[in-house]
Amino acid sequence: MAAPKRIEIQDLRLSYGGREVLHGITLDVEANEILAIIGPAQSGKTSLLRCMNRMIDVIPEARVSGTVKVDGVDVRSIRNVCELRRKIGMVAPLPVGLPLSIYDNVAFAPMQAGVTGTAELDVLVERCLRRAALWDEVKDRLRTLGSKLSGGQQQRLTIARALSHQPEILCLDEFSIAIDPITTARIEDVLRELRSEMTVVMVTNLVQQARRLADRTAFLLNGDLIEIGPTEAVFSDRPARRETYDYVQGLFG
Amino acid sequence: MSPTGSHPPMFQATARVRRKQLAERAAQWFFGFMAAALIVPLVAIIAYLVVKAWPSLSWEFLVTNPRGGGVRGGIWSALVGTVYLVVFSLCVSAPIGVLAAVYLNEYARDNWFTRTVNLAVVNLAGVPSIVHGLFGVGAFVYALHFGRSIISASLTLAIMTLPVIIASTKEALAAVPMAFREACWNVGASRWQTIRGVVLPNSISGILTGVILQVSRTAGETAPIMLTGVTIYKAFDGGGFFLYAPTEQCMALSMHLYYIATQASGAAPSLPYAIAVVLLALVLLVNAVSIVLRVYLRSHKKW
Repeated sequence: MAAPKRIEIQDLRLSYGGREVLHGITLDVEANEILAIIGPAQSGKTSLLRCMNRMIDVIPEARVSGTVKVDGVDVRSIRNVCELRRKIGMVAPLPVGLPLSIYDNVAFAPMQAGVTGTAELDVLVERCLRRAALWDEVKDRLRTLGSKLSGGQQQRLTIARALSHQPEILCLDEFSIAIDPITTARIEDVLRELRSEMTVVMVTNLVQQARRLADRTAFLLNGDLIEIGPTEAVFSDRPARRETYDYVQGLFG
Repeated sequence: MSPTGSHPPMFQATARVRRKQLAERAAQWFFGFMAAALIVPLVAIIAYLVVKAWPSLSWEFLVTNPRGGGVRGGIWSALVGTVYLVVFSLCVSAPIGVLAAVYLNEYARDNWFTRTVNLAVVNLAGVPSIVHGLFGVGAFVYALHFGRSIISASLTLAIMTLPVIIASTKEALAAVPMAFREACWNVGASRWQTIRGVVLPNSISGILTGVILQVSRTAGETAPIMLTGVTIYKAFDGGGFFLYAPTEQCMALSMHLYYIATQASGAAPSLPYAIAVVLLALVLLVNAVSIVLRVYLRSHKKW
């Protein structure tokens, strides 16, 4: 069963002002899977995600080599980078409620993409907020400021916003740092459901979360891809590499 | 030995704590005194001017035109001239300055072009106003054939205020957290959509404050306008607000003050002080507007 490849990364190298942080990463993301990327701090997980939707362009000193293909197209050849970013939903690790109303936070992307019908927007906003497990808490105050929500709520608002432009690939970077375990479990359920519609790439520091959710898991260490494989294999007693075993078992360092 | 024996009772000040508290109080008073000292010159200036100007001050003084070479009558035409100059110059410098700053802060990459522009802005801000005046004479009065006129004087003032408006606008834009922009870009918004949707609405208070503060600076300048379009005296029959055509020379408060205080003979001793009071009141009024605006917009701050 050769699933089609959504993202193909070939020998990706990234350096910030001469300091290389990704040393030739090669990995594929298959359609409709959940791929977890784990690894300690400074291992290049966030940078890897930024290369996928070209947010790396924003960092002036970043130099990229190698290729990242999304649906077979090299992202660096894409002229209309907004189109690429709409295709990829990105949840940044730090929750950001835009200084707009909760409603507009979610409606911002569809509105900028040309969706104007009020009814259509209402439906979309509700669906995204429900999926992010935020709807019940904010449904009576959609006109209040998104930037005044609590940290955990803002993080879920960020998830809702990433879903708002109906991406085909969803990248989550540490989506549950500020979210309580029960709500996290609800979002995890949603992610499992979303698998039928989209491909999910999630960076997480919670190795158990990767174990619970991911079909495959990639282990990154200091800018090298140590191992990628089915989650059961990575979390088994005999992963391909010794470092992987140590990390997932918490024996590191 | 009991466990508490070697320690002083809890929550009682030790010598070290008392020293710290003393230093704390001393620092607070010292800094507070310095802050309060700022008020003294302002109050002194205003009080001195108002007392000296008192015999001349009246509503009549404000709304009647100067007569007899400026030494009699009021100051209406000079006040109107100053308003003309300020409004015209800001109409030019505010849009250009704000738009340039948006480009520099939101679009420009860090390359030689941007660095050159930034360097130009910084240096332009440091050019003395009399030099701006000479430049205005060469560029607007002669090269562009605007003559000595309100246009020439306003454009000269605009060039003078432009770098400051650019700097203050850039600062206001930079105060909007980068995370907001990244969040917008992440969902596929273009730069302009991000600027219009999030950056400008959240920096407009700072931008406006920066622009408004230039009003007071523009109103107070004498050197650039005396060379390019302000005359020391102009006789008018009627009042009203539309005294000047843009191609004419006008009077201005700052120039009027300079002339009356140093050149004219036969003016009442209180006259220069009265002009100064009006000029100062104009400036303080504009500053007050900017403070009110800032307080109002800050109370609506969204993060």
